[in-house]
Amino acid sequence: MTKKVVVAMSGGVDSSVTAALMKQAGYEVIGITMRLYQPDDPLEQANYTGGCCSLDDVYDARRVCEQLGIPHYAVNFKHEFNEKVIAYFEREYKRGRTPNPCIACNIYMKYDLLLQKALDLGADYLATGHYAIREYDEARGRYVLKKGVDPRKDQSYVLSHMTQEQLKHTLFPLGRYRKDQVRQMAKEFGLRVYSKPDSQEICFIPNNDYRSFILKRSKDEIREGYIYDTKGNIVGKHKGIPFYTIGQRRGLGLNLGRPVFVVDIIPERNAIVVGGPEDVLGTELVADSVNWIAIPELTEPIRVEAKIRSQAEPAPCTVTPLEDGRVHVRFDEPQRAITPGQTIAFYDGDLVVGGAIIDKRILPQAENPAEPAVPATP
Amino acid sequence: MTTIYLDHAATTPVHPDVVAAMVPYFQEHFGNPSSIHGFGRKVRLAIEDARETVARALGTEPSRIVFTSGGTEADNLALFGPAFAHRGAGKTHLVTTEIEHHAVLETCQHLERLGFSVTYLPVDRTGRVNPDDVARAIRPETVLVSVMYGNNEVGTIQPVAEIGRICRERGVYFHTDAVQAFGVEPIDVATLPVDLLTISAHKIGGPKGVGALYVRRDVVMFPHLFGGAQERKRRAGTENVPGIIGFAKAVEIAMAERAARRERYLGFRRLMLSVWEARGIDYVLNGHPEAFLPHVLNVSFPGVDTETLLMNLDLAGIAASSGSACTSGSLERSHVLKAMGLPPEVVGSAVRFSFGPANTEENVREAAERVAEIVQRLRRRK
Repeated sequence: MTKKVVVAMSGGVDSSVTAALMKQAGYEVIGITMRLYQPDDPLEQANYTGGCCSLDDVYDARRVCEQLGIPHYAVNFKHEFNEKVIAYFEREYKRGRTPNPCIACNIYMKYDLLLQKALDLGADYLATGHYAIREYDEARGRYVLKKGVDPRKDQSYVLSHMTQEQLKHTLFPLGRYRKDQVRQMAKEFGLRVYSKPDSQEICFIPNNDYRSFILKRSKDEIREGYIYDTKGNIVGKHKGIPFYTIGQRRGLGLNLGRPVFVVDIIPERNAIVVGGPEDVLGTELVADSVNWIAIPELTEPIRVEAKIRSQAEPAPCTVTPLEDGRVHVRFDEPQRAITPGQTIAFYDGDLVVGGAIIDKRILPQAENPAEPAVPATP
Repeated sequence: MTTIYLDHAATTPVHPDVVAAMVPYFQEHFGNPSSIHGFGRKVRLAIEDARETVARALGTEPSRIVFTSGGTEADNLALFGPAFAHRGAGKTHLVTTEIEHHAVLETCQHLERLGFSVTYLPVDRTGRVNPDDVARAIRPETVLVSVMYGNNEVGTIQPVAEIGRICRERGVYFHTDAVQAFGVEPIDVATLPVDLLTISAHKIGGPKGVGALYVRRDVVMFPHLFGGAQERKRRAGTENVPGIIGFAKAVEIAMAERAARRERYLGFRRLMLSVWEARGIDYVLNGHPEAFLPHVLNVSFPGVDTETLLMNLDLAGIAASSGSACTSGSLERSHVLKAMGLPPEVVGSAVRFSFGPANTEENVREAAERVAEIVQRLRRRK
C-alpha cells in the first residue's frame, strides 16, 4: 500500500521541495501549515509578515500544494505555541538564561502536536525540510540522526532532542542535498517559491528585537540592577536581567577602558557580572534534559564533540553521566560563552549521539566572584 | 471517490437559473443604472424589479431594501448607521449576544473603541437568549438591540418576535441577522417587529458579493459609504448589477421551494443521526431540541478533535465545517459553543453538517457512514 506522509509546510523553499520530493518518490502527500503566532494588536496583524506562519506563507504553501495536486491544511496551534514556546521564551530570559525558541517549537509543536496530527490522519510519517539525515541503524537497533551534507545548512543541532519514537515517524528528504541544489530543484519543479529568502528571524519577534518584545509583555516584572566586575565591584547599572546574554559585549553602557563582556547572570541577586575576554571562557558545564539518540543510555564517560550553540563548531570533550540524570561535560579546550538555556548537541563525527540543555557553566573558582558587597537593588 | 458537500451554511453553489439570469447583465445589458440613456434605463428597471422580488419575499415594499456587498456589509450598516445617527442625542449603548456572527460582534467591538458601550448577552445551553435579559439590558441610552434570527454554527433560532416586541415597547431599534434563516424560515417583516434585517445571496443559491438590509420606514441612520445617490443615498456606489439580478432569481427559487426544502433537510438530519445510532457512535447534539434551522446539524463526537476530524473528512471526500473559519482555513475555537457553556470535550469535538438542495438521501447516508468510520478509527487510536 502507498505510504502516506504529512509534510510540514512553512511556505518556504525547503519545505516546498520536501513536498515535491515526497510526491515524486510515490508517497501519498498531505501538506500542513501550522499557524503559530499572530500579533494581538489588529493594526499590527495586517502588516505581519514575519517568520514562518504569516498568512502570506500559508498561501504560498497552499499554492505549492495546489500545484503538486495534494491537499493542504492550516492548523491552529496558536494557543499551544503561546504556552509552550513564547511563555517558555520569556520565562527563560527572566531566569537569566538564553532560550532557543526554535528548538522548543521543534519539541512541542512539530514533533509532538503536528506529528500526532499526522498520525491521526493515518499518515506513516511526518516529513520536514530540515537539513539532516535520519536512518535506521541495524547494528544499533536504533534510528540515528546525522549531519546534513551541506555544512552551512546542517540542522542536526536543533533536532538533537528527538526521541526514537519521533525519529521512527520522521523523514528529512533534504539531508543529502546542498541548499543551492534545493533551490535548483525548486526551479525545476516549477515552484515559484524557489527564490524566496530564507527566514532568519524568530517568527514572533519583530525586527529581531527580543528586548522590546519582553519589555512590552512583562514590564512590571523587570527591575534594574547593578553590573559587577569579577571582583565584586559595582561598575554600572543594568536595565534588567532578561536583556543580557552571556558573552554580550554591545549595549552594556560601560566605559571601563577595556573591552568587557557579560560573563555571568545571577537572577537571584539581580546581578550582571562583566569581565575580560578570558572570563567568558569556560571548560566545564552541567546539562539537563538529556536525550540520547545513537545510544540507549550513558553509563560511563564518553569522548565526543559537542556544539554549545547553533553557530559554534563542535569541540572535543568528555561527557560523564551524573546520578541525577544530568551530565557533566569537560571540554579539552576552553569554550567561549557557555550559555545556560542553550542546547548542547553531542557528535561522533557526523553522527548525533544526543542532546541536552545547558544548565550551568562551572566556574574555575570555587566561590562565586560576584558576591555583592551592597544590596543588589539600586 | 465521490465528494459530498455538506457545508451549505458556509456557501452554496449558484443555481443554474441564477447564472442564466445574470449572464445578460455582463455584456448585453452592461449599462450603469444611474445613466440617463437607454443603456442605463434598461438596467435601472431590472434592478428595481429585483428589489421588488426581494422585498416581497420579506413582506415589505421595494423602497425598504438596501442592496449591499453581502451579509457582512449589511450587518455593519445596520449597527453603524443608527449608532452614529443617534450618538448626538446621547444614545451610546447597544445590546447584542455572545453568539452573533463576527460581522456583528466585531462591529460592536469597533463601536466600543469609538466610545460606545455594548452589552453582550449570554445564552443558555441550547444557544437561546432569554428575552427577559434583553429587557433588563436596555437602558435610556440604548440605541439598538441586535440578535440573530438563526445561529450559523448550531442552528438555534432565537425568540426574535418576543425580543422585537420588547424593543418596540422600549423605543429602541431591533436588528436581526437572518442570513442563515432566510430561505428556510418564513420571514415576514409585516408581522415581525423588526427594524433592520440582514440577508445574503450566496447562502441561498445566489452569487457571492451581494446581500441586502431591510430598513423599516422610520429608522434614522447614516450611510457608511458616500459618493452617490444609489440605494436612496443609504449606500453609495454603482450597483453590483449581475449580482443583484442573480440574488433576486435565487430568492424567487428559494421562496417557491422553501417548504419542500425544509422537509428534505429535516429528513437528512434524521437520517444521519439514525446511521450513527445504528453503528453505536456516541455523539452529542448541539443546539436547541425544537427551535433550530432545518439545514444545520451540529454534533460533537467527544474524544475526537474537531480539526483532525474535519481534515480526515476532507481526505474522505466530505466537506463539513466547524462554524466560522478564519481566512487561512485554520480553526478558531467556537465562540458560540463556548458561550453555550458546553464542556470542553464537546466544544473541542463539534462539527457542523449543513444541507442544500443538491444533497440526496444516498449521499447523506454515505457521508454519515464515512463519518462513523473515521470517528471509530480516531477513537481507537486514543
